[in-house]
Amino acid sequence: MQVTMTVNDVEVTREIEGRLLLVHFLRDTLGLTGTHWGCDTSNCGTCVVWLDGEPVKSCTVLAAMAGGHEVRTVEGLAKGAELDPVQEGFRQCHGLQCGFCTPGMMMTCRALLDKNPDPTDAEIREAISGQICRCTGYSTIVRSVRWASVHEAAAKEGADA
Amino acid sequence: MQVPAPFEYERATTVDHAIGLLERLGSSARLVAGGHSLLPMMKLRLANFEYLIDINPLHEELGYIRFHGTEVRIGALTRHRELLESAELAAAFPIFRDAERVIADPIVRNRGTLGGSLCQADPSEDLSAVCTTLDASCVIRGPGGAERVVSMEEFHVGPYETAVGDDEMLTEIRVPVREKGGSAYEKVERRAGDWAVVSAGAAVWLSGDGTIADARVGLAAVGPNTTGIPDISAALVGRPPAEELYEQAGAIAAGACDPVTDQRGSAEYKRHLANELTRRTLRKAVERARS
Repeated sequence: MQVTMTVNDVEVTREIEGRLLLVHFLRDTLGLTGTHWGCDTSNCGTCVVWLDGEPVKSCTVLAAMAGGHEVRTVEGLAKGAELDPVQEGFRQCHGLQCGFCTPGMMMTCRALLDKNPDPTDAEIREAISGQICRCTGYSTIVRSVRWASVHEAAAKEGADA
Repeated sequence: MQVPAPFEYERATTVDHAIGLLERLGSSARLVAGGHSLLPMMKLRLANFEYLIDINPLHEELGYIRFHGTEVRIGALTRHRELLESAELAAAFPIFRDAERVIADPIVRNRGTLGGSLCQADPSEDLSAVCTTLDASCVIRGPGGAERVVSMEEFHVGPYETAVGDDEMLTEIRVPVREKGGSAYEKVERRAGDWAVVSAGAAVWLSGDGTIADARVGLAAVGPNTTGIPDISAALVGRPPAEELYEQAGAIAAGACDPVTDQRGSAEYKRHLANELTRRTLRKAVERARS
């Protein structure tokens, strides 16, 4: 079957099998390997991407289901050479060790800040509760998101002034 | 790599279109909504279908929470997150918010649906226990727009088996709204977001004099289906709420359920949980009914 969707603002059309999962479509068909493929059982959350702006676990979504919809992956977070504040926060605050959970974590945290620009630590932890950091680096992930939140607020204030 | 066996993907554009496809394809087809129960089963080849009919495009038609006087009508494609975030639903039935907070995780809740949860008919499934507790009914639509309404007891025929026919679909869940009601849900799980070891829901309605006008308890993971326990209702009706009464109800729950020993715990432990969670949820439901 043929599927057409928008991935990181680019329309793509491919011939696929109905059973192809979105994570494999992104990684193997499109070559966007930033999205990681982990537990395959919708537990670990490393495969999180956005479907029409909502974080979803792409190992449990069919590529065909995304047809006609907008998908955003970690490759679509930065604006050109400028990192998204969440990415910069992970860099500044050591939000990753091995990096395996990082793409999913960043997609979820970006979505969180879009809805709630000033989340509490508890709200950040709740938001990432469906994702596993095998290095157990949760404290630095929370710190990274706080960094992004504070710097976005400061940037906004600067722009408003 | 876990991948489902090959199937043809079909996309429904309206409820009637979905039913038309089911009519044509029969038992070789299955509807898929959020897919977070069905796709994992298909990956493990525990479920195999020649056709999957994607009903996510029907979310506009079947994703809603509407108050109709004496009942709340919830569309089958209403997602977990929408149930969790509805302040109106939480005000009328706090049991929904209690349960949604402990169902899977926020990302899974973005996809999973009420109808999908009920149609999965897993004996451990939380929303089935919630709907059983609230004495909800299920609207099933078939060919030609024919609708029938069945109780939760009729809806769940057995584990992973529902009253929905090959050419039918669940479209709506109706929950009766009654005065002076309170409800609550509690789940014991091995880790956050897991299936229940045991969970219990309770709903209580009070009379003007403060006695219990009606009470219902629903348990999950302790029998072939989520079950309501009529004996508890009978024991509580007409009595003033009291700790001894909750103890009595807990003992009835422990006796009435039929748990099995598995990797989640022994049958004995699960009976203990059924007892304890029944007491806790009844206590909280009464508190909420009074406030």
